[in-house]
This record gives sequence, C-alpha cells and structure tokens, in this order.
Amino acid sequence: MTIITSIAGGAEAVGGAETGLSTKTGSLLRLATAGSVDDGKSTLVGRLLHDLRVVMPDQLAAVARVSRERGLAGPDLALLTDGLRAEREQGITIDVAYRYFATAKRRFILADTPGHVQYTRNMVTGASTAQLAVILVDARHGVVEQTRRHAAVAALLRVPHIVLLVNKMDLVGFDKDVYAAISAEFARYVERLGVDDPVSIPISALRGDNVVEPSTAMDWYQGPTLLQHLEDVPPAPDPSAEPARFPVQYVIRDGKQDYRGYAGQLVSGVLRPGDEVVVLPSNRRSTIAGIDIAGKPTDEAFAPQSVTIRLTNDLDVARGELIASANAAPGVVKELTATVCHLSERPLRVGDRVLLRHTTRTVQAVVTEFVHWLDVSTLTTIPAPSVLLANDIARIRLRTATPIAADDYAVNRYTGSFLLIDGPSGDTLTAGMIGGEL
Amino acid sequence: MSTLEQFPETLAPASRGPRELSHLGVLEAEAVHVFREAVAEFERPVLLFSGGKDSIVMLHLAARAFAPAPVPFPVLHVDTGHNFPEVLSYRDMAVARAGVRLLTADVQAYIDDGRLQERADGTRNPLQTVPLLDAIRGHKFDAVFGGGRRDEEKARAKERVFSVRDEFGQWDPRRQRPELWALYNGKHKPGEHVRVFPLSNWTELDVWQYIGQQEIVLPSIYFAHRREVFRRDGMWLAPGDWGGPRDGEAVELRSVRYRTVGDMSCTGAVDSTARSVADVIAEIAASTLTERGASRADDRMSEAAMEDRKREGYF
Repeated sequence: MTIITSIAGGAEAVGGAETGLSTKTGSLLRLATAGSVDDGKSTLVGRLLHDLRVVMPDQLAAVARVSRERGLAGPDLALLTDGLRAEREQGITIDVAYRYFATAKRRFILADTPGHVQYTRNMVTGASTAQLAVILVDARHGVVEQTRRHAAVAALLRVPHIVLLVNKMDLVGFDKDVYAAISAEFARYVERLGVDDPVSIPISALRGDNVVEPSTAMDWYQGPTLLQHLEDVPPAPDPSAEPARFPVQYVIRDGKQDYRGYAGQLVSGVLRPGDEVVVLPSNRRSTIAGIDIAGKPTDEAFAPQSVTIRLTNDLDVARGELIASANAAPGVVKELTATVCHLSERPLRVGDRVLLRHTTRTVQAVVTEFVHWLDVSTLTTIPAPSVLLANDIARIRLRTATPIAADDYAVNRYTGSFLLIDGPSGDTLTAGMIGGEL
Repeated sequence: MSTLEQFPETLAPASRGPRELSHLGVLEAEAVHVFREAVAEFERPVLLFSGGKDSIVMLHLAARAFAPAPVPFPVLHVDTGHNFPEVLSYRDMAVARAGVRLLTADVQAYIDDGRLQERADGTRNPLQTVPLLDAIRGHKFDAVFGGGRRDEEKARAKERVFSVRDEFGQWDPRRQRPELWALYNGKHKPGEHVRVFPLSNWTELDVWQYIGQQEIVLPSIYFAHRREVFRRDGMWLAPGDWGGPRDGEAVELRSVRYRTVGDMSCTGAVDSTARSVADVIAEIAASTLTERGASRADDRMSEAAMEDRKREGYF
C-alpha cells in the first residue's frame, strides 16, 4: 500500500485529468465518524490526518506552540480538531466539521460529528451524505447505549456501509477474545437493523495500530487496517442504476438564441435525448429534445451530473417540478408518513404549520399526527409524546398544501428526504425520511 | 460519452466505469448545483472576485452553470489599493470576457476620507470588511458567493455551504443551520444576507487540478517569474507604495511565484521554478507548509485570527 499526502495523491491523478477522461471507480468517498470524546474519536481523526501527512509542519508547530502556552507536556493532537472559540464561549458545539484527505486510490471527505447522547442530530446531519459510517467503541466498555444509538442512526439514514472500530486495544492487552466478543455483540445488534456483515477492526488510535499502519501487537487479526478498508470498500450503490429523477432548479433562457432549458442535477438514473419523461406533480408527458452540459450538447447524462434539459414540446416547467422516467415515475402525494429527527431547540407539535422543503420544491405543510416515538438505543417504539424536542426521532404524519412527487427514502435518498422549516424565522426545524419503518 | 458506443446496449448499465464521474466531476456537479440553487432562491446575488485563483475558478463554474445564458449576477472586487498590477489587468480581461458587470469597493477612498485608519503595520487586509459590508448593504445583495474552502483553515472546517449573516454581516455559530443531503436553506430576514460557498468541499489541489483540466488561464504571478523581493517575517514580500521595504530590509532579485493572491502588504511569494500547472502541482506536493501558512501574514497573527475576522463579516 502506498501512502502519500493529499497533495501527492492528486499529482498522480492529474494525468487522468489532462486526458479529459478521469473515470476512476469510486474516486471520492464520503464518510462520517461517530463516538464520544471518551472513545478516542478526536485522537483517531488526529491520527488519520497525522499519519497521512495531511497535517503540515506549520500546523504541527502551531499545535506545539498552543500546547506549550497551555502548559501541556507534549503536543496535543486533539487541538487539530479542536472547537472554535465562539463555541467555547457560548458553550455549544457546531454539528459537523469537515476534513479532507487522500491516498493514491481515493479522495475522502470526512464528516466529523461530536457524539454525545444529546447530539443525535449531529450524527443525522453527518450521516445524511455519508457512504460509510465509522463507529468507535472503547474496548474496555464494549457496546454501550451510544454505540447502539449511532448504529441505529446510520441504518436509519441508509448509510450503505458501517464499520465498527474497537479502540484502545492497548488497554485490554490486545486481547483477541475481548475484540471477538464486542464484534459479535455489535453484529447481533445491527442485524436487527438490517445491516449484514458489518466490518469490525481492532485498533489503538493512540499508538496508530491498524489505523494507517498494520499493528505489530495483534498477529491474530488478519483483516484490513481502517485505511485499507476505506480505500477498498465498494462505492455506494450506483445512483445511475436507479430510475431517472431530475428536480428542476432553474430555467435557463437565452433570448438571443430562443433557448429554454431546465437546469438541475440528475439525482438518479440516466437520461438521453429521445427518452420519454413525465413532469410532476403536474403529470405532463414530454420527450427529451436535448441535454446540455455547460451549454454544449451531450448524448447522455447520468447521476450525479449537473446538466440542462430541453424538452420537445412547449411545456412551461418551473423550479420545484420533477422530470422523471415516464415508465418508472414516483408517486405524487399530499399525505406523508415519515421518520423524522427533530433538529431545533424549538419544539414541534401536532398542528404546527411549517414549510416543507423537498428537492427544489418548498410547500406549505401541517403536522397532522405523531404516530410514535422511536428509542434508537433499544429499537423500541413508545407512545408518541405531545411535543418533539431536539434529537428526538419519531414517526409523524404531514399534509401538504400542494402535492409533491416523492420516493421512499429507502429507494432514493434525495427524492425521499425533506426538511421542515419555520416560516417566520427561516430556521431549519426537522429532517425527514419518507416511507417505511426502520 | 463515446466510450459507451463501444459496448452493446445491454452491457452498458452494468459497467460502472464509463458512468462514474472523477472526483473533479463530482465536485464540479456539486458546485454548479450550489450556484443554481442560490440564483433560484435569492433576489440579488453577487460574486466576490479578487482575481485570485479560487475566484477565477468560481467565475468559470458560474459561466458553465448558466450557459448558454450569461452569468446572471455581477462581480464585486474589494480593492485594497495595494493590488498587484498583473492581477488588476487580469481582472479587467476576465470580467470583459465573461460579460459580467464589475463593481468595486474602494478601501483607499475610505482611508482618504477618514472612515478607515491605515494600520501601523501597513496591512490592509483587515480593512476590507467595512467596504465589503457597505457594498452588500448599498446594493442590497442578499446572496454573496465566496471562494472559501473548508480545507483552508480550522475556522472554515465548520462553515456551511449557505452561511447566514446578520444585518451587521456577522457570523454567529448559533444561527448556523444544519445542512442535510443536498437541501440548502436560504431563508433570511430583510437586511440579512447569506454567504454561499460552492467550493466548500474542494482542496487546494482540486482547484489546481481543475485549472489544469479546464485549461483556465491565471494571472502570471501564480507561476515562477523573476521579481525584486525582500524578507519580512519569513516571507518574500514585493516592494511597493504600501510601505516596503523598511530600513535594513535588503531587496534582491529571485525566482518566485505566489500561492495565494491578496493584498501586496500581506501576501508573500515563495521560491519557485514552476512555470506550468503541472509544475505547480508537483511543487505543492513537496511543500511542507499550508497555503495560508506559506503566504499570508494576516493568518499568523493569532490562533484565532481567521475566526475573529470571519465573525466580523470578512470573506
């Protein structure tokens, strides 16, 4: 395995870029980490960045200087991922910090989420775009309530891959049986969540064992290091293999050329000129006349490309409508059942009037019912409370003023998700996933 | 995609390769999506344009996002009065070619009429905030595109793609909204504005690779050239009207280039022989300094220098 810095990784990729056709498989992987401070998450992220030499000597020098100023004996790598002064002053933690690193094989975007019990919403946010979730446990404590919570959130958000890191193996004498018992318990738990064969890796983030470099203290472990696994894991299910979904963002007009095109990002599927499509929710049929990328025609568009679509007939399509494959169109609904995570300090109640933001469409909606509350630590449902508070996960029902064209979240993460927004303040209140139970 | 034509129709969907975007393709699609979201959701967007490489890539992406129509917003340059002449002429050329309207906010005018005081160290970077916020208010801009990247600095790692600023232009961590999936919430009150960062997930290297791939022309000072420079605070600074060199600072002729382009008073050059994009990428690979650490005096002032300026409404 070759390990090089993010910079060198790209230098190699440039050859591909210069040919204009750099099509490496799974060239970008988005991952989210979860685990509390005590599980060693900061140390793990610091270790990863340090061993991959993402951290430059000038940053290390700054860490050393601040560590000295704070009277510490040695440089504290956790300072690399330390919070902002504004957060310390206000006693809050901003949900997600993003880190970037790369090897010769892949580029990585890491969503680093603080994992205290009260921060379920942070993990929901980080997991919403992740293709892989990394969950840490302390080998001395094994699977605890938070581990179950994090795994359930990752499964709920349909993160395609889950990796368990059994950390602090050095503090349990690198004992194979300790690791095996924790892995087995975790596998049994996530099986109930519909996750088969989770990968688990014994590590010591502090010493670096099995993070980037293989451990010399655990001969009994034959599996990959964390980095090898991140490099080799197959990318998420191919979005271009699903039926085509194209939320219209903006109408591009050029009076000079009598041009009218619908700008958007293809969130799933493939579209070609000549394809039969349906425009929803207005349920009008049309045929694709042409597809342009940066103003130039192309004979095919595939997810997740941003393109502009021209239709054959003179339909007046607006922002918020969905162009979909005519033979595999989503349902058009005004009544929704969804699993939601409440994000805001302001509670949500039955009867609340909110804005519902779905793809590029914003509609008025009313909360009609709380079905039940979900305890993600025990995977049990509880009779619905009267209000939803921040970090609560629940099944709710909504009615929208005008219809939306939606898929089940299990089928499509982008046409199956929504936000609830408070109209007067504009604040984001709740994140929702349409359709079936966890 | 001519590669697809080589395969029977039935095989094409199964072969992932041809239908997979490179990481640059993924980042470009995301940035174009962000540009279009902001233009659709806001009344009066503007793009901050300094003539630096990140803002040049931004203008290039904006042109691609809205082609064949012109870029549907103006660009704003906060002019410190200490700009590199090469960058100013590049700016005028790029703006003319893109067919966009150029607005300027003039730091020198604020100093001349006493609204701002020249700093003792001669650095004008922190002075840009007031003219920037005045221009946003004066033109009633509600969305301001910036080229900030999360990999640049710790204070930026937690920045949103859509970042709400209050009526004083200030960034408040409590007001930052969770961003899930690709759903960006641009709601704001009158007088507030939203900073929009399409390059959030790009790294310095991605920007350079994209410049190479798209054959984007940059100001000449990004590549190695012979220039008179003098040493201050461990950086090579260019002499100029802004106040350098001081007594005892010896001027010498060296082969240098700039990694970032900002105000002459606080942007340092690095020793370099890199004459092409490929040379630059190879040189960055061997560097042991971050982009800002190598070339920005303003970020060396304190541990929280960037965070403080950001809260006050800086770019």
